[in-house]
Amino acid sequence: MSAKFEADARVRVNCTVNGKRHTGYAEPRTQLCDFLRHELHLYGTHVGCEHGVCGACTITLDGRLARSCMTYAVQAEGAEIGTVEGLSEPGTLNPLQRAFSDHGALQCGFCTAGILISTTYFLADNPMPSEQEVREMLSGHLCRCTGYEGMVRAILSVAGGGS
Amino acid sequence: MDGPGEPWVGQAVPRLEDAALLSGNARFIDDLAPVPGIRHVALLRSPYAHARISKVDITEAAALDGVYGVLTGAELVTELDPLASAVRAPVDYFPIASDKVRYVGEPVALVAAVDRYVAEDALERIVVDYEPLPAAVDPVAALEDSAGQVHERVGSNLVHHRTFRYGDPDRAFDEAAAIVSLDWRYPRQASTPIETYGAVAHYEEAPERYTIWSNFQGPFILQPLMARALRVPGNRLRLVAAPHSGGSFGIKQGLYPYLVLLAAASRMLGCPLKWIEDRSEHLMASSAASDRADSIEAAFDQEGTLTGLRYRNLVSVGAYIRAPEPASVYRMHAASNGCYRTRNIAVDNRLVLTNKTPIGLNRGYGGPQFFFGLERAMDKAARSLGVDPAELRRRNFIPANAFPYDAPAGALYDSGDYAKGLDLALELADYEALKARRDAARAAGKLFGIGFACGVEPSGSNMAYVTLAQTPEERAKTGGRSGGAAVATVALDPSGAATVTLDSTPAGQGHATAAAQIVADGLGMRPEEVQVVTTMDTQNGDWSLASGNYANRFSAIVVDAIVESTDRIAMKLKAVAADMLEVAPDDVELSGGRARIAGVPDDGIALARVAAATHWHPAGLPEGLSPGLREAATLSPDVLDAPDEQDRVASAVTFGYICDLAAVEVDPKTGRITVETYVSVHDVGRVLNPILVEGQVRGGFAHGFGAAVMEDLVYDSEGNFLSGSFADYACPTAADLPPVTVGHVETASPANALGSKGMGDGSSMLTPAVMANAVADALGRDDVELPLTLDRVWRLAREAS
Repeated sequence: MSAKFEADARVRVNCTVNGKRHTGYAEPRTQLCDFLRHELHLYGTHVGCEHGVCGACTITLDGRLARSCMTYAVQAEGAEIGTVEGLSEPGTLNPLQRAFSDHGALQCGFCTAGILISTTYFLADNPMPSEQEVREMLSGHLCRCTGYEGMVRAILSVAGGGS
Repeated sequence: MDGPGEPWVGQAVPRLEDAALLSGNARFIDDLAPVPGIRHVALLRSPYAHARISKVDITEAAALDGVYGVLTGAELVTELDPLASAVRAPVDYFPIASDKVRYVGEPVALVAAVDRYVAEDALERIVVDYEPLPAAVDPVAALEDSAGQVHERVGSNLVHHRTFRYGDPDRAFDEAAAIVSLDWRYPRQASTPIETYGAVAHYEEAPERYTIWSNFQGPFILQPLMARALRVPGNRLRLVAAPHSGGSFGIKQGLYPYLVLLAAASRMLGCPLKWIEDRSEHLMASSAASDRADSIEAAFDQEGTLTGLRYRNLVSVGAYIRAPEPASVYRMHAASNGCYRTRNIAVDNRLVLTNKTPIGLNRGYGGPQFFFGLERAMDKAARSLGVDPAELRRRNFIPANAFPYDAPAGALYDSGDYAKGLDLALELADYEALKARRDAARAAGKLFGIGFACGVEPSGSNMAYVTLAQTPEERAKTGGRSGGAAVATVALDPSGAATVTLDSTPAGQGHATAAAQIVADGLGMRPEEVQVVTTMDTQNGDWSLASGNYANRFSAIVVDAIVESTDRIAMKLKAVAADMLEVAPDDVELSGGRARIAGVPDDGIALARVAAATHWHPAGLPEGLSPGLREAATLSPDVLDAPDEQDRVASAVTFGYICDLAAVEVDPKTGRITVETYVSVHDVGRVLNPILVEGQVRGGFAHGFGAAVMEDLVYDSEGNFLSGSFADYACPTAADLPPVTVGHVETASPANALGSKGMGDGSSMLTPAVMANAVADALGRDDVELPLTLDRVWRLAREAS
């Protein structure tokens, strides 16, 4: 998909987030993370570095993982987006989220949304990962609170019954 | 649990914080718009380490569509008083530069605009003329006459120099059978919480009031400083904590100058302002631990008894002394003996101004730098004395029967059994087998080493230890300083539901869960029934100068305030219930959500009914009881007295213990360090919740390991900052961290009602020393500095072989 916009254009963006239709306005340069948060008011996606290293802003865009800080909002026109808000029904936690809590996989929780999204995507592709594979997957994310040990345990506990 | 059973405190109660965080429903500062009409701020920052500002032209920036206002440093500082610190020196610290810039990233101008994008566009249209000046970068070179003068009025870059003596160190060194010495450079590092600084500042005119919502973590001793800088009485500056904070580790203490800046700008521009720091701003100019050039000498007698210590610390504080600094320099001072019995200590502290970001609290603040000296000296001494490093430490430990122990520089160690912790570490590491493995590896030509470090973890700070930066005479003039108060408020509403309000501004440590456990035990409820409020508000809540989240304060002091306020509520509930049940208050117990007569198999009365009576029917209460159920307990541990004339101070309430051991193999071809074994044993007193403790221990290790092997805020010789992204400042990922075996010994602290100690800094203080010791042992050389990156280790290994 390619489109041309004036630099200061105000572009209407239609997309589906977590199965729900959303419409908002963005400039061509508006980052998708800012659009999700401040235009669609979906604050669950967090922004940690704005240069694609920390992974906090990770979402799915048309079924693939994306750093929403490295994606423009206008690229999401017509797209299906998945964020942390869509991982479980309101008032409930899914097994991965519960495992994160049980294993102390989060502390401040700021990096957690992106990690849950990456892990969900990863496990769909590789339901029986080794610990090394889990660690390598997690290496696309920075967490400064936990030391990652709880995350690794949590992910292995839901992956094919653990190892 | 219906009747009294196992207490909630001590159990692995799942965190009450988690559901909101895991489902994307937790709110952080950038999610908030607490007032309408907010404009967004971007800051123009200095590209020079040291330069005179000759002109700032904002014309084009101010003319840009979408820009609401532009303020220069010169305009802003006329509206402010400087931010004070405990160091008496002619260093005026304003949150923005006016006449000259003193570090890369120092704010120079502020733009408010319709959104952050436009604000950043406007920054590019501001024209600043700089006249570059020679920069003071290296702490040693900064002391030379030829160095650039960061603050001319000081007369040199040496801004503080104090010496301390406890016991008779000169005699200890004169009579020593062996003296071990080390000198080293310690790099700059920062804990980089994944959420950066953020704030919304709102000025109201009538009545005049500043309100600031932010992720500032305290200490709230900085609130009166901020009010003074804004030239208003304290009651005109209201600080409110965001519902959640994305990590702090001490770093978010350094937010407060920005709060002052935003508050002043909000008043001058007439609108509420929001500023969210970006990552490059954060790495460049938020806060950091100090880079240092330190040395140590350790004296030993024939038997390997440590008889004296001499420290010489040269601390690069950056371009200003930002309160509560020099806290990082004096935090460990009262515990300068570490875990050891020696009574003879000399300390020489020099603070040097450099053209770098001002230093501040950073996980373990002062601890990593302190233990790097002491514990590296112990390993070096073991090698030169021919004693096993574990045995040398054991010989010198303060014995378990000596607690509470009055340390030479004034710290009162509450409890401990250091030898027991060491034994456990040796057992978990299978030390004898590990040594055999080292022998075998070396015989096979491999570089294999074992390193140790043991340390105390001071927690729950005495606010007065920072005044060691003043002479006893200066302190006498200032008036008394002491204490470290905590406030907790427990209330039962008319429905009988409990709410506890904390002053501890948590950032992921799980304070809400631990507080709910404590209240649940005291009132006979379940933790999930307790509502915990952590959005500290200096206008609508109780707080003290010591409030905040630093120095492992929560489980050292705050828990005691929760216990005390809960006890008072429980006593009142029992008095009211006793009246209803027609028994004595002492016969009433609270359990399972009811007030029952002890020993009587009866359901008693629902707590909700007892609580309701205090709200709905005050006239029916037993005589002497006031209406309602709300108790705010404020307490400051008695031990936290003012420093004395000999510069001794009880710097903290509890002293945890950590003993870490690492075995590594170094690949001389690549410089890669492979951690074969890492054991970490902790004494955190009574464990309040194993999930929370485990998280702090492992998280502290991750910071320590990052600091040991990769983290480095690099400046070049002209003061240019080279670590401005997460691609340049490497933090450990899940693939970088080795497995850690964690062990616990428990000596209950007598310092609070629960027996818990502060914890959380943990291995962040020791892992850098342990890793350096292990690598030094592997390479057979002592000149090992941090971070132990591939290139550094490769070079050391090549020179060693």
